[in-house]
Amino acid sequence: MPDSLPPASIYFLGAILIPFFRGQARQVFALLVPLVGFANYFTIDKGIDWTFELLDFELILGRADAWSLIFLNIFTILSFVGILYIVRDNKALDLSAGLLYAGSAMGVVMAGDLVSMFFFWEMLTLGAVMCIVARNTESSGRAAYRYLLVHVLGGVLLLAGLAIHIASGGSTAFDEIELAGPGAWLMFIGFGINCAWPVIGSWLTDTYPEASYGGLIFMATYTTKAAIYVLARTFPGEEVLLWIGLIMVTLPLLYAAIENDLRRVLAYCLINQVGFMVVGIGLGKELSLNGTAAHAYCHILYKALLFMAVGSVLYRTGKSKATELGGLYKSMPVTALFCCIGALSTSAPLFCGFVSKSLIMSTAAKEGEFLIWAALLFASAGVFLLAGLKVLFFAFFSKDSGTRCEEAPPNQLLAMGIVAVLSLLVGSFPDTFLYPMLPFAEVTYEPYTVAHVTDQITLLLFSGLAFTLLIRSGFYPAVIRSTNLDFDVLYRKTSPKIYSVCDKALNRFNESAGKFFIGKVARGASNFFSSGVSRIACHIMTPLWKLQGHGEQQIEEERHVLFKRAKYGAFPIGVTALFSVVLLGLLAVVFLLRD
Amino acid sequence: MTQKNPNPTDSTGWFDRTENVRKVLTGLFIACTLVVLIDVVFWITGFDKHPYLKWQQWPGFQAVYGFVSCAALVMASNYVLRPLVKRNQDFYESDSKEGENDA
Repeated sequence: MPDSLPPASIYFLGAILIPFFRGQARQVFALLVPLVGFANYFTIDKGIDWTFELLDFELILGRADAWSLIFLNIFTILSFVGILYIVRDNKALDLSAGLLYAGSAMGVVMAGDLVSMFFFWEMLTLGAVMCIVARNTESSGRAAYRYLLVHVLGGVLLLAGLAIHIASGGSTAFDEIELAGPGAWLMFIGFGINCAWPVIGSWLTDTYPEASYGGLIFMATYTTKAAIYVLARTFPGEEVLLWIGLIMVTLPLLYAAIENDLRRVLAYCLINQVGFMVVGIGLGKELSLNGTAAHAYCHILYKALLFMAVGSVLYRTGKSKATELGGLYKSMPVTALFCCIGALSTSAPLFCGFVSKSLIMSTAAKEGEFLIWAALLFASAGVFLLAGLKVLFFAFFSKDSGTRCEEAPPNQLLAMGIVAVLSLLVGSFPDTFLYPMLPFAEVTYEPYTVAHVTDQITLLLFSGLAFTLLIRSGFYPAVIRSTNLDFDVLYRKTSPKIYSVCDKALNRFNESAGKFFIGKVARGASNFFSSGVSRIACHIMTPLWKLQGHGEQQIEEERHVLFKRAKYGAFPIGVTALFSVVLLGLLAVVFLLRD
Repeated sequence: MTQKNPNPTDSTGWFDRTENVRKVLTGLFIACTLVVLIDVVFWITGFDKHPYLKWQQWPGFQAVYGFVSCAALVMASNYVLRPLVKRNQDFYESDSKEGENDA
């Protein structure tokens, strides 16, 4: 790889330089960066490169193998699509955020050791926070802060785990780690936070809908999938992942069914699909790990397509809630078509989701994990129902809300078009566009068997039938304006309370400590050091003056003079000399007495 | 950029016409019947689906599973989850406003 550059460096440099460009030059430059990244991708050969030493650690910025290259491939494609999608607004913050985010994710997948991986891992958070802040509303500012706090906590856990892991004799090698000991567990949980596991992953559905319309494309692509990559490399085959994945593929769908904000519906479905990948890692077989990589690839494509379709609706109408939308197919027919393709891409034959999900499901069935298999089948039907039909129906086809707007701008349509074509290509010709890139390329799989295709079409048609009958019979949960409690309530409601308790207790303590130390101790010390010596001198001299027979008046005058002299150290030379002699005498006595 | 259509009912979108919606629904019902029929034919002719699990060989398994999972999913979320988790839309906002007043 001597002729190529670390992908992260290209994107970081781009992100830094963006603000220095103005007008069209900035747009051209922003689009050039991912294109350079793309050209660079093709020059990267398999192998290890870009290593250097830092504080006893060997940092490896380039480990190119099948695992990292398939992720790098899709991350690079999405960086271009994402930038194309937002380039029309020409906002420096959005463009920089996107490039920084993409570069960080590429840094994570190219890292060959845990230390450099950790560095890029933390940079991901910065990119995401910028994407949320870019929405530029009051609630997005708060969401960005919550996102930052949760991810800083995750970063601290990961760092602590890494430190313990290394201190207890582990290496910084970014390879399989045994899930034993506090170090490994802390790292495991640190990865899990970014991977949106149950309870600790509620930041995702809390903050994603607050992101800017385009920033969300980057968020949906990078953080969770980088976490999947890291988990697949470090903890493949851990059984606990099966159970974590099982919850992830089921519970979020229940929330998605009653959620009003369509971007949050998609966020819940995103967790569901990441759950598929977690199950794939938990199964730990070559076929299922292939499935995880393939599904990450395909999921990035169709989730980006769905988020872009809803993002364009938000861009044009300023709305993303089911209660406020409907009938938009009249105003935005092309966007509606792309949303249809996104919905089909979740699992229909000829589209990308069909050829990736089944690798994981087949492994589950082969391994005799019936419960897992049944849950995955349930999730396949459910995600088509919600991420596909629900979003499509409520945004574009439900009762006309009366909103009229323009079709999405050409750059957004082009971005969606690219992804839609890719979804079709990958789904129709997986042997050309997807399977050769998989980590275990020798493991073969044939998705297009008669039985598999008819079974999948049946499943989708009947989930469509269920949706239709539920809607028409009025059993489908009415879309209503509400907040649905999720585990983010743990930090959104309790942390202000913890803050107020800390505020009251600690500030009161602070105040009384302040009164005591500043008001009393410091004042006393200050008095002592400024005039204490003079006072002592006056106290010593007063009896002597009395013995000499001075009157009250005279003693008062003498005291006054002595006080001033002692305070400012302005004794006549004779007196100073006398003090020196006395001091020397005392020192001599001390020395003599020492033996 | 957006504007409210003064009279939404006057629009002539393709899906606003009942007969078009009926066409789509009829298509869906026919397709559903067709795939189930194909499944039954597979079963009668003994077509080997190479199933991983024996249930996959049963006729109509996918159809029933797909329909029931979706219906159960929606019912469970509507009648079990929603009563548990539903709060006012400004559940979180009201808090931050209080916080701002405090400050």
